[in-house]
Amino acid sequence: MAEVRLEGVSRIFPGGAVGVWEVELTAEDSELLVLVGPSGSGKSTLLRIVAGLEEPTAGRVWIGGKDVTALPPQRRNVAMVFQSYALYPHKSVRENLAFGLRARGTPGAEIAARVADVAEALGIGPLLDRRPAQLSGGQRQRVALGRAIVREPHAFLLDEPLSNLDPALRIETRAELARLQRRIEATMLYVTHDQEEAMTLGHRVAVVNDGRILQIAPPMTLYREPANLFVAGFLGSPPMNLIRGAAREDGGFEAAGVELARVRPPGRAGEPLVLGVRPHEVRCASGGEGDGPEALVELVEPLGSQTILHLALVGGDAAGPLTAVVTPEGAPAHGERVRIHLPEERLHWFDGRGERIRAPV
Amino acid sequence: MLAGLFPLYWVLKASLAPEAALFAAPSLLPREATLEHYRTLLAERDFWRPVRNSFVVAASTTVLCLALGSMAAYALVRLRFRGKAVLLALVLAVAMFPQISILGPLFLALRELGLIDRAPGLVLPYLSFAMPLTIWLLVAYFRQLPPDLEEAALVDGASRARVLGEVVLPLAVPGLVTTGILTFLYCWNELLFALSFTVSAERQTVPVAIALLRGRYQIPWGQIFAASVIATLPVAVLVLLFQRRIVQGLTAGAVKG
Repeated sequence: MAEVRLEGVSRIFPGGAVGVWEVELTAEDSELLVLVGPSGSGKSTLLRIVAGLEEPTAGRVWIGGKDVTALPPQRRNVAMVFQSYALYPHKSVRENLAFGLRARGTPGAEIAARVADVAEALGIGPLLDRRPAQLSGGQRQRVALGRAIVREPHAFLLDEPLSNLDPALRIETRAELARLQRRIEATMLYVTHDQEEAMTLGHRVAVVNDGRILQIAPPMTLYREPANLFVAGFLGSPPMNLIRGAAREDGGFEAAGVELARVRPPGRAGEPLVLGVRPHEVRCASGGEGDGPEALVELVEPLGSQTILHLALVGGDAAGPLTAVVTPEGAPAHGERVRIHLPEERLHWFDGRGERIRAPV
Repeated sequence: MLAGLFPLYWVLKASLAPEAALFAAPSLLPREATLEHYRTLLAERDFWRPVRNSFVVAASTTVLCLALGSMAAYALVRLRFRGKAVLLALVLAVAMFPQISILGPLFLALRELGLIDRAPGLVLPYLSFAMPLTIWLLVAYFRQLPPDLEEAALVDGASRARVLGEVVLPLAVPGLVTTGILTFLYCWNELLFALSFTVSAERQTVPVAIALLRGRYQIPWGQIFAASVIATLPVAVLVLLFQRRIVQGLTAGAVKG
């Protein structure tokens, strides 16, 4: 396995649309690096640039310490798993697995042995003589994965490999993929729009939007210390509450006419700020206890293990919505008024440009 | 359906009727049948020869056309180069010349090459007229193949030639067959070039042979009808045969096991 490195890579499409802009990215040897972002963010383009299917307009691509920018896909020795699986429909599973080895001139006996090994490892041995059309979605996914593994490439590129599976199978396959990656110590670049996949699979996760990488960090760091508003809003379910406002003269925080007392924003008075707080951290006290701002329960969504509350801050001119996640026991009812408490140490602050303000030490 | 098949039936009936009955009052059902016309045609006039000639010319044109056309079409669809649209338009423009307008120059050119009255002398002009249609049909067909498959093959390490041979063409078989049938039919039915570029009787193709069946004093209608049946039959059989293969190709592997 090998390291994959992008150096100042940009891709401007003919017509001027920016696909990818000045991306610096390194997937370490044996690392599973996830690229996550909304559709059209450029994450698939990045993957295709690494594969050689798309040419960068600027920058260099390194695989295993070698500059492959000018090499065609055939000579990069990477394997790609497509969202559609892209299995050759007219070839049997065996031929599908063997295709890449044959194209590289591997001797027949070795091909047979490696195909058999991989088929065994993935549990697709009995399917070797079937055509892709005769397989279920999960089986096709395995064959697509097997076709990549059998080649023993420098790196794996996976483009939303699980998004065509039904939810139960997806979770199962996800865990299997993580185990597999560890076992064969593969360098993997994994593209997904699913934040759950990104968090559970990635050793590190790169959040991509508008062709730029907004933050690369281990999943829990992304969750605890999002570097900007986009990352803060993108990761986490339900998403983080983001409340726009400004610091007050007396050191408090005011958002749309509602004063959030006890909150001590960083920065000078009058500066525009965004306060972020995860729904799980919002405390709600029924019966008007405490001195926090008052909120009206507009909607209650019980999920079983937890309950999601949609709240509206009372007072001010335009009361902002707020989501809270509470335990089902003692959850307030629809229409009830509660008092909100936002724990100081759990708050995230972002400046007017949306960048995180590091907590003053 | 009935309207389309009736002339065919009429020709078939007429080819089996004795000479005298051809000019009697027409009736829907044959009163008596004879194979006399077929016998004369095949035994005395050796009608197998033009059939063989036609087959050689049409088949080689079709094979060459598909081989060259599929490569050209694939390049036009997948490779990135300047002036692609212009090239496609030019290809189509080639097909827009009326055949009659280039008959003279073509004759001179073929004579220069020493190809008059030889099979390649027909294959070459046929190829140039059939190629644009082939390329356009195949371009349309290749375009709708999912690019994922080809990209997967490229990343898998396959050269462009291997991608074309092992992935694109097998998937394009229905399109190739359709295009091939059209090319074959064009060559099989073509009269003008065949008439102009063949001199000896040994080189005549079927349409030419039929056109030249009429004698100086009489028109052997029975034989002409018989010849028409012989000219139509192999083509009909061929098309039906290939059509079954297309359907088989499309449904193979679609059934879950």
